[in-house]
Amino acid sequence: MGKRVGLEVSLAVAEAVKLANVDVVSAYPITPQTHIVEELSVYVASGELDAEFIPVESEHSAMSAALGAAAAGARVYTATASQGLALMHEILFIVSGMRMPMVMTVANRALSAPISIWNDHGDIMAERDIGWIQIFAENGQEALDLTLCAFKIAEDKRVLLPMIVNIDGFTLSHVIEPVIIPDHAEVDAFLPPYQPVLKLDTQNPVTFGPVGVPEVYTEARKQLEQAVIGAKPVVDEVLAGFGAAFDRQYKLVEQNGKIGAKTLFVTMGSLGETCMTAVDELMAEGQDAGQTRIRLWRPFPEEEFLAACAGAEKLVVIDRALSPGAVCGPVASELKSLFYGRPGAPEIINVIAGLGGRDVTVREFKEMFALAGSGKLSGNYMMWGVESHAS
Amino acid sequence: MSKQAIMAWEDLALGTAILSPGNAKELRTGDWRSLKPKLDEEKCIKCSLCAMYCPEFCISVDAEGFYRPDFYYCKGCGVCANECPKDAITMGKEGE
Repeated sequence: MGKRVGLEVSLAVAEAVKLANVDVVSAYPITPQTHIVEELSVYVASGELDAEFIPVESEHSAMSAALGAAAAGARVYTATASQGLALMHEILFIVSGMRMPMVMTVANRALSAPISIWNDHGDIMAERDIGWIQIFAENGQEALDLTLCAFKIAEDKRVLLPMIVNIDGFTLSHVIEPVIIPDHAEVDAFLPPYQPVLKLDTQNPVTFGPVGVPEVYTEARKQLEQAVIGAKPVVDEVLAGFGAAFDRQYKLVEQNGKIGAKTLFVTMGSLGETCMTAVDELMAEGQDAGQTRIRLWRPFPEEEFLAACAGAEKLVVIDRALSPGAVCGPVASELKSLFYGRPGAPEIINVIAGLGGRDVTVREFKEMFALAGSGKLSGNYMMWGVESHAS
Repeated sequence: MSKQAIMAWEDLALGTAILSPGNAKELRTGDWRSLKPKLDEEKCIKCSLCAMYCPEFCISVDAEGFYRPDFYYCKGCGVCANECPKDAITMGKEGE
């Protein structure tokens, strides 16, 4: 039934990739993701993992080689962060457009300038529209478990899409946590070998990635859109299957604190756990506080989110990314679109916090709650904790 | 159905892959043509440079040894006329 060990979360993700029997790892090192692929290169070198490790010269090449390997029918893994993800940008669209399953860990990190190796969601929020399934882990066990699930989701015949598992850089990637590592036999039973639908094969030649003239491009994008939307029930099904097999349950959207509370925090990623502590303390103080944690980001789980927020009058939406010049942060923007025109829609308060590794503490969440209650958090959004001569 | 679309999205192959290799030969690029190459057989030395330079690979040798374009594919780009060392090919307006 697996063994419980103290393990750096990056190494736990590497364990998951090894347990998934990947065929190809194509990667370029970048902080805070490096420990994952470094560990995988050790597994390959020692023979512990029978895979090709392609040490490329850039992330653009990492994603390009991953695409080629996926087209050849391999089970493919890579990992990156921040500038590395940005350098992959143009290839990311090609991978999803060509419907190539693969799994990538993004150890979320702020983008330069100024140079920051620390955590925020600026890297992945710049890649919202790439047509990949995108999910966020909150802790080390979840990072391992979602990585295993990601292969099964991506390769499902009803899906056939690439998938990103987001783990917060350093906050998760470099922290040693107690993690249960499943047995190989258990994983093999859960995750059968990949059976590609189309692959590069000289006996059955196909052309991948042709020109899409104006007479076909719109239909091609419709096919991708339908695949991404259609992935939601499969994600749900695979997570449920994982729960049944490994006794760890994950939902697309999670609730915490008082169910039906009037004021809910909305979080995504590891800040959710800090917020949970704040919500627990607020409830102990008799406050009407709850929390909704978004796990699946693309496709956005609309019905599940609405159900989790039923009865709420205020949502305090935490965005860990700034969209300069936008109406609000990316998560709040998504939620305002979702609630627009719905009767009884809650007020959406948007707090941009935790940029470039800035800590957001339990006490600060409680301050946000107090300010939201007194109506002092207004406007389109508020950048939390900005030092200014004006304040 | 949009008059601009050639097929429904449901009928596209996975990832818009092309499952019938070589079907580019069905694409009639000849209807792009506004200029048409004309060969002066007196000047032509049958060197085949026009065929080698043709970006459509649509020039082939006939029974008399002259190099002739296939007008189903010839776009009228004029590369052959430009490269001919004997100025044996001239570009005239299509339809004249």
